[in-house]
Amino acid sequence: MSTMRLTLKVWRQASPEAKGEFRTYPVEADEHMSFLEMLDVVNEGLIAAGEEPIAFDHDCREGICGSCGMMINGKAHGPRAATTACQLHMRSFKDGDHILIEPFRASAFPVIRDLVVDRSSFDRIIQAGGYVSVGTGAAPDGNAILVPKEMAERAMDAAQCIGCGACVAACPNASAMLFTAAKVSHLAMLPQGQPERHRRVLGMVEQMDSEGFGGCTNFAECEAACPKQISIENIARMNRDFLKASLREREETGAGAVSN
Amino acid sequence: MTGAPDVPMQLDDRIPDGPLAEKWDRHRSALRLVSPANKRKYHVIVVGSGLAGASAAASLAELGYNVSCFCFQDSPRRAHSIAAQGGINAAKNYQNDGDSVERLFRDTIKGGDFRSREGNVYRLSQVSADIIDQCVAQGVPFAREYGGLLANRSFGGAQVSRTFYARGQTGQQLLIGAYQALERQIARGAVQMYTRHEMLDLVVIDGRARGIVVRDMVTGAIESHAGHDVVLATGGYGNVFYLSTNAKGCNVTAAFRAWKRGAGFANPSFTQIHPTCIPVSGEYQSKLTLMSESLRNDGRVWVPLKQDDTRLPRDIPDAERDYFLERKYPSFGNLAPRDIASRAAKEACDEGRGVGRGGLGVYLDFATAISRLGEDVIRERYANLFEMYERITGENPYQTPMRIYPAVHYTMGGTWVDYNLMSTLPGLHVIGEANFSDHGANRLGASALMQGLADGYFVLPYTIGDYIAGTKFAEVDTSHSAFAEAEQQVRDRTARLLAINGSRSVDSFHKELGKLMWDHCGMARSREGLELALRRIPELRAEFWADVRVLGSADTLNQSLEKAGRVADFMEFAELMCRDALEREESCGGHFRVEYQTPDGEALRNDDEFAHVAVWEYRGEGVPAKRNVEQLEFEFVQLATRSYK
Ligand SMILES: Cc1cc2nc3c(=O)[nH]c(=O)nc-3n(C[C@H](O)[C@H](O)[C@H](O)COP(=O)(O)OP(=O)(O)OC[C@H]3O[C@@H](n4cnc5c(N)ncnc54)[C@H](O)[C@@H]3O)c2cc1C
Ligand code: FES
Repeated sequence: MSTMRLTLKVWRQASPEAKGEFRTYPVEADEHMSFLEMLDVVNEGLIAAGEEPIAFDHDCREGICGSCGMMINGKAHGPRAATTACQLHMRSFKDGDHILIEPFRASAFPVIRDLVVDRSSFDRIIQAGGYVSVGTGAAPDGNAILVPKEMAERAMDAAQCIGCGACVAACPNASAMLFTAAKVSHLAMLPQGQPERHRRVLGMVEQMDSEGFGGCTNFAECEAACPKQISIENIARMNRDFLKASLREREETGAGAVSN
Repeated sequence: MTGAPDVPMQLDDRIPDGPLAEKWDRHRSALRLVSPANKRKYHVIVVGSGLAGASAAASLAELGYNVSCFCFQDSPRRAHSIAAQGGINAAKNYQNDGDSVERLFRDTIKGGDFRSREGNVYRLSQVSADIIDQCVAQGVPFAREYGGLLANRSFGGAQVSRTFYARGQTGQQLLIGAYQALERQIARGAVQMYTRHEMLDLVVIDGRARGIVVRDMVTGAIESHAGHDVVLATGGYGNVFYLSTNAKGCNVTAAFRAWKRGAGFANPSFTQIHPTCIPVSGEYQSKLTLMSESLRNDGRVWVPLKQDDTRLPRDIPDAERDYFLERKYPSFGNLAPRDIASRAAKEACDEGRGVGRGGLGVYLDFATAISRLGEDVIRERYANLFEMYERITGENPYQTPMRIYPAVHYTMGGTWVDYNLMSTLPGLHVIGEANFSDHGANRLGASALMQGLADGYFVLPYTIGDYIAGTKFAEVDTSHSAFAEAEQQVRDRTARLLAINGSRSVDSFHKELGKLMWDHCGMARSREGLELALRRIPELRAEFWADVRVLGSADTLNQSLEKAGRVADFMEFAELMCRDALEREESCGGHFRVEYQTPDGEALRNDDEFAHVAVWEYRGEGVPAKRNVEQLEFEFVQLATRSYK
C-alpha cells in the first residue's frame, strides 16, 4: 500500500450569491482510495478543525447515477478516460501532486454551494420530448416489436448517458448537444421512437437553446470528457433529424396545416 | 402515543379468496373506482422516484390523479435503482425452457424460504410479463438475439432463463424508462416534482396519512404538503451497516418516521448479503461495489484447499482448489441462491482459506469460461463489469480471477403492507424495496426490479383507487395544526443536532454503528452477539446525541446535517433490527442464527413457531416496541426444507 501527500486547491462558495474562492488543503491519500473517498478524508479533517466540509454531489459511487461531477485539474471528472470522479482512484495521481478542484462551470449550471451545481435544465430538456408517449398498460407483447441486435446495441450505446453534465463542462461553448443528442439518438434508433421522432428533436433542441447552453462548434471536447464514451456521431445524427424535422414542419405549416 | 396498549394492531392481509390464479383478477374487478372526472381532485404524494416511485407517479398521473413526487437527489433519474446491474425477471417463457407464472411463483416462495405470502407472490409472477411489455414500448434497449427477439440470461435460485437485461445496466435503463414517463407527466403539469427535498415526517390526521413535512435541501426551508394519500417508495435501509452496495444516500428515515406515526414495520432484521462484491480495501472505504450475480453464470467460485495459501491464483493447480459451491450444491453449483452462497464464502474465509488483503475474499474465476467461449463472448456479456472491477482494484479479471466477498445489499424487511400495498395506517401505501411484501427471508436475483415496477405500474394504480373511492375525506390543508406541530418537531430536532457541537463527525458514528451491526446482526447472528449489540446501541446513541459535531446552519445546503438526521434514525432503527433477529429463534433465508442449523451447517427453520411475519409497533418514546404477528398460510405450496444440493 502506498500513501501519497497531495495539495488540493478547492473552490469554496457558501451560497449561490456568495463570492467563491480557492482554498488550499494538504491531504494524505492511499492509492486504493477513490477520489471521493479522498475528499471524505479531507472533510473529516475539516470537521475536526471546525471548518465546514466541502459540499459535493454523489450517491451511487459506482459511476452510474451521474451525481458526482467536478473539474479535476481542468478536466471534467479528472484525468482518466471513461471514468467518473467517483470511480477515479488515487493511483491515477502521484506523491507530491497538486490538484485543482472546481465545480462544473456553465451559465446553465449555476453553483449552489462549493462543488454542487444545479443541473435541472437537463430534466427540462427531457420534458420537452425525451420519451415515448405510451401510457401504462397499453403495450403489445415485448416480442411483437423486433429490434435487430445491432440496432439495440447502438441504441444502448446512446442510452448509457448518465446525465452528469461533463459534456457541458468540458465544452468551450458550454453546449449541451451531446446530452441532448444521446437521448434523441437512443429513441431515434428504435422502432418505438419513430412516431414522435420529429416532434421530439424539435422540442428538445428548442428547450436546450432556451436554457442558455451554447452552440456546438465541433470541438469534440464533450466526447473526450464523457465518462460513458458517448460518441459525437450522435450529434451529427441529431442535426440531420433536426433539419428533416424542421423542413417537414415548414412544409406542413406552409401547406395550410393549422398551427396551435 | 399510538393506539391503546391493549388494542392489537390490525394485520388483515386482505388476500382475496378463491383459486390462486384467479385472486388478482377477481380482486381487481371488485375494487372500487374513482370516476375519471374526480381523479383530478385527489392529490397523491409520492415520496421517491426510483423504479417504484417513478412508475407509480407516472401511472397515477396518467390516470388523472394530481400527483406530487419527491426525491432527495437533484434529479429523479438518479435514484438508487439506477445502479441495478444484472436484470429483471419475468415469466415469459420466451426460451421455451419450461418457465411459467407458476414456476416463478414457486421459485420465489422457496427462494424466500417460505416467509412470504402466497397471494402477493403469485400476483407478482402474473404481472411480471406485463412489465417487460411496458418497458419495451417505452424504448428500453433490452439485449436482443440476432433475430431481433428479446434475450435472456439465468440468475441464482432458478433453473430457467427468465432474466431480461440491458448489458450490466438494467436498472439504469428501466429507471430511465420510468423517468421519461414521469418527465412526460411533469411536462403536462400532472406531476409536480420536488427534487432535493427530503421527507422528514409523516402527518396523520384522524387516523389517516394526510401529508408530509419536507426540508428543501437547498434553502433549508421546512415545508408541509397535504394530500389524500401518501405513497412511500423510499427504498431500502441497507446503509444501517454503513458499508453496503447501496447508494450513499439510501436511508430509513421516511419509513422510520412513518413507523413512529403508527405504520407497522415488518421483519426489520431480514437483510440480504450479496455474495459477489469487491472486498474492502481500507479504513477509508465508503461503500462496497457489487459485481452482478449474472457473473456467476460464467464465473466459478473457489478458494485454495489449504489454509493461508499465499500463492498467486494461477500457481495453484486445479487439484488444490476448492470449488466449494459446486462441491456443496451440485445441482445449482455457482448459481446457488445468495444467502447460501454468501454463507459458504464466509465459512471458507473463517476456515482461514480466504484470499487477498485480510483474507476476506474468495475467487470468482472466468478462466474456464474464457477457454470454452473465448474472451470476446465474455467481453460482450460483462465488459462494463470487468472494466468497473479493473478501475476499482487495478487488476485485470480477464487474466486473473476476481476477488469477491459478501456485502450487505438489500433489505427484505420493510413497512408492513396488505394485498393492496397499504400499511397499517390508512392512506399510507408503501411500494418497492421500502415494503416487506414479496421476498420473504431472501430475495432472488433480478426480482427487486420486477417487484418495484409491478407495484408502481400494475398494482398500486388500481388499489389506491379503492382506498380513495371508499373514503370520506375530511377537508384538510396545511393550515391544520398537525402540520404545524410536525414542522415544529422537525425544526427542533434540526436545531438540536446543530447545537451539540461535540467532537466526533457523523460518519465516525455511522461507521461504528455499521461495524456493530455487521458483527452481530450480519451474516451470522447469535443470542450472545445480539444481546451485546442491544446493550451497546443505546450507549452509542447517547454518545451520538452528546458528542456529534454538525457544523454549518439549517438554512443552507448542509450535507452533514442531512447525514446526521439519517444516522440518528439508524441509531434507533438498529435496535429494532437486533430485537427482531433475537426474537426470531430460527434460521431462514438471510437470517442465520448460529443456534439453529442442521448438522451440515444449513439454515434450520422452525415452521411451527415462526411461519409468520413479525410486525413491530411503535408505542412511544422509551417504551419497548411491540411484536405482533401475521400468520402465513401455505395453501398452494408445501412447506419444505429448501434444498439446492
Ligand atoms: C448495486 C445494486 C445492484 C442491484 N441489481 C439488481 C438487479 O440486477 N436486479 C434486481 O432486481 N434488483 C437489483 N438491485 C436491487 C434494486 O436495485 C433495488 O431494490 C430497487 O431498485 C429499489 O427500488 P425502489 O424504487 O424501491 O427504491 P430506490 O431506487 O432506492 O429509490 C428510493 C427513492 O426514494 C427517495 N427517498 C428516500 N428517502 C427519502 C426521503 N426521506 N425524502 C425524499 N425522498 C426520499 C430517493 O430520493 C429515491 O428517489 C440492486 C441493488 C444494488 C444496490
Ligand atoms: S456518484 Fe454516481 S456517478 Fe459518481
